[in-house]
Amino acid sequence: MAKVQGAVTVDVNRCKGCDLCVVACPTDTLLLQPKEVNDRGYHFAFMANPESCIGCAQCATVCPDDCIEVYRVVLK
Amino acid sequence: MTIQEIIKPENKVHSRPRLLTDNITHYCPGCGHGVVHKLVAEVIDELGLEDRTIGVAPVGCAVFAYNYIDIDWVEAAHGRAPAVATAISRLEPENVVFTYQGDGDLAAIGTAETIHAANRGENIVIIFINNAIYGMTGGQMAPTTLLGQQTATTPYGRRADLNGYPIKISDMLAQLDGTCYVTRQAVFTAAAARKCKGAIKKAFQNALAKKGTSVVEVVSNCPSGWKLTPEKANEWLKEHMTAKYPLGDLKDL
Repeated sequence: MAKVQGAVTVDVNRCKGCDLCVVACPTDTLLLQPKEVNDRGYHFAFMANPESCIGCAQCATVCPDDCIEVYRVVLK
Repeated sequence: MTIQEIIKPENKVHSRPRLLTDNITHYCPGCGHGVVHKLVAEVIDELGLEDRTIGVAPVGCAVFAYNYIDIDWVEAAHGRAPAVATAISRLEPENVVFTYQGDGDLAAIGTAETIHAANRGENIVIIFINNAIYGMTGGQMAPTTLLGQQTATTPYGRRADLNGYPIKISDMLAQLDGTCYVTRQAVFTAAAARKCKGAIKKAFQNALAKKGTSVVEVVSNCPSGWKLTPEKANEWLKEHMTAKYPLGDLKDL
C-alpha cells in the first residue's frame, strides 16, 4: 500500500494558539509551543511529531485564523 | 522524505482561500467566525462570484467582516441587514446578495426585518451565526441563550419564568413560504465544517437560481463569552447547543 506523508506550515504571527488544530489532529502531530510565543504573545502551533503527519488537512479546516498550509505526497 | 522535500508548491493540498485578505482577524482565539469566513470565501471563489457578490455586514462581532473577505460589502444598522439586502437585491438583481449576522443581530433586534424579508421570499442568502450570547458587548444573555446558561446578565443561569425560552428562529423561518432552504450547521469539527461549506454553497446556488431566501444557521462557539477554553467551548457546544439546536436541514425545496 502506498504510504502517505504530509507536512504543515504554520503562519506563526497569524496563529492565536487556540489549540483547535491540536485537538483536531488525528495523528498527534501538532502541539502548541510550550514556552515560545509569537509577536502577539500567543503560544503558536508547530509540528511536534513531523514524521506522523498524513496531510489530512483537518487542522487547516478547523483553524479559525487560516494560518495552516498543508502539503502531502504519496510515496510509491 | 524530509519535511523540506514535502513542502513544495506542487504538493500543496490546502492553503488560505484567495479571497481572504491578509488582515489578522480581531476575533478571539478559537472563535467560529474565522472558520465561517473561510468557508464563505472558498464558496464565493469556487462559484466564481467574486465580482458579483455583495455582502451585508451586521453589528456585532462580525461587524468588521468587510475587512476580511475581499468582495463588496455594505455595513447595515443593527439588525437591519436583511432590509438592506432586500434593497440591494432588488436594485441589482444580477448580483448575489448575502447577509452575515449573529444571533444578537438577527434573532433579537432584527427579528422583524429577518422574518419579513424571509416571508417576502427575497432572493438573498442569510448566514446566521448562533452562539447563544452577545459576544461583542461582554457575554450578556441573548434570546438564543439556553435555559440554565450562565451569562453576564443571568449569573445564576437563564430562568424560563424570568427570561423566557430560547428562540429557535430557523425553525420559525422554515415555516414561511418565502424560504427555499433552511439548514442548521456547525463548524466545531472538520467534518461539520465541510458539511457547512456544502450548505453555504447550496444557499448561494439557490440565490443564483432565484429560488427565494436561503438561511444557513451555524451553531458556533464563544469561548470568551462562555468563559471556557476553545476546546472546552466546542465540547460544551456539542453537548448542550446541539441538543437544543439539532443540526440538519429544516427545509429544502
